[in-house]
Amino acid sequence: MRILKIAAVLIPIFIASGINANGQCKAFAKRTCLPELGSYTHDGNYHATVLAEGEEAELYKTFYSDMEYRLSICGDEGLPPVEFVVLDVNKNILYSNKEAGGANTWDFKLQSSQQLRIIIKVGSSGVKGGTPANGCVAIMFGFKIKT
Amino acid sequence: MNRLLKISNSVLALAILFALMIASCRSGGKDAKKEADSASVQGASPAVYEDLKQAEKIFYTLPSPLESAMLIKSAGALFDNNLLNPVENTSNYSTNRSMGLNLGIYTCDLSFASLYDQTQLIIDYMNAAKKMADGLGILDAIDEEDIKNLEENIHNTDVIMDIVSQTYLNSNSYLEDNNQPAIAALVLAGGWLEGLYISTQLIDMKDFNGNKLVGRIIDQKLSVDILIDLLETSQGHPAVDELIIQVKRVKKVFDKITLKTSPIRPEYDQSANVTVLKSEVQSDLTSEVFKELSATISEIRNNLIK
Repeated sequence: MRILKIAAVLIPIFIASGINANGQCKAFAKRTCLPELGSYTHDGNYHATVLAEGEEAELYKTFYSDMEYRLSICGDEGLPPVEFVVLDVNKNILYSNKEAGGANTWDFKLQSSQQLRIIIKVGSSGVKGGTPANGCVAIMFGFKIKT
Repeated sequence: MNRLLKISNSVLALAILFALMIASCRSGGKDAKKEADSASVQGASPAVYEDLKQAEKIFYTLPSPLESAMLIKSAGALFDNNLLNPVENTSNYSTNRSMGLNLGIYTCDLSFASLYDQTQLIIDYMNAAKKMADGLGILDAIDEEDIKNLEENIHNTDVIMDIVSQTYLNSNSYLEDNNQPAIAALVLAGGWLEGLYISTQLIDMKDFNGNKLVGRIIDQKLSVDILIDLLETSQGHPAVDELIIQVKRVKKVFDKITLKTSPIRPEYDQSANVTVLKSEVQSDLTSEVFKELSATISEIRNNLIK
């Protein structure tokens, strides 16, 4: 009975803290990821979520031939490095940040407009046991007219 | 004592019930893994969607209003204020559906006006977007400070674009973080449809062949499936269900256009420190199909702003 009472108090607190964590991702995205766009104009779209070690997120977007883009991907300080790959519609890998020394931004432009898919994955800390780390991960796009 | 025990048990039961209700609400959102398995695969490029099973979160993203406006301007199109949704219409919108859609529409109009240095329209459309955001209860999406900042920098396009981008980010992040993905999807859809409406209306059929803006309109074929997938993540919401039907009408016309793309060859340009994704694309949009597309978009958009 006592355990149930404790659970009744703790469960809503844990759940509420999860909701707050999502809310905090906006502040994290603006504070940490937005400055990485540098001279590119942020498109205004918001893509951020809470991920744990080993978890993945995917994003689908059309990119246009008139633009130059910067993709910026950021993870909370407490998270292991975030890996990302960019694929075309035929699942060919066009870019992997792992092969670029773990870069968290990628600048690119296109000869013709394309729908691309971005897969991000939070790495593993390698520590066995205990609760896996989790935190905000944000994906942001900046653009400018192609020169 | 027994009575006290009964009351405490009731409180306990209510607390657990409350916790379970919140948990079930959250697991039904966009983050749920099962959604990736079931909600959105149809209608999209099959190869892209074959292995969605792992992702904890799927983002379907559309060109933002600012990006749409930039595409129109970069194609060399001229500004036409008659194409914008009149700001007087703001008083017509009182439901979450109409305010969500028209927040996207007004933000697109605002972006369009911003890129063409339409100073008075920029302020008018920022206020119109603010009314929609306020009506939706989006706290601090656009505050008085933003309006003041806008007025002080009315001739500085870069600052204005930053303000528009920030206010749009504030709106859609608020809706996402407060478990209103259906309204967030309506905002994005409204912005995309308005961009497509303005683009199609700006085409003079005498300059149809070789018109750069026609090329950008064809490109939207690549986004229509993403929009349907996005909306289908909120399937069951009446306003979203209705919009899915309308967007599928647009898709039906886009399906008449064939796009052939050669394999993409990434090439790194060391001098510019940028990767160039090289590929060639061919399409076969006829003037008849374009007219059908333009008429379909126009009808849908004009219904949304009523």
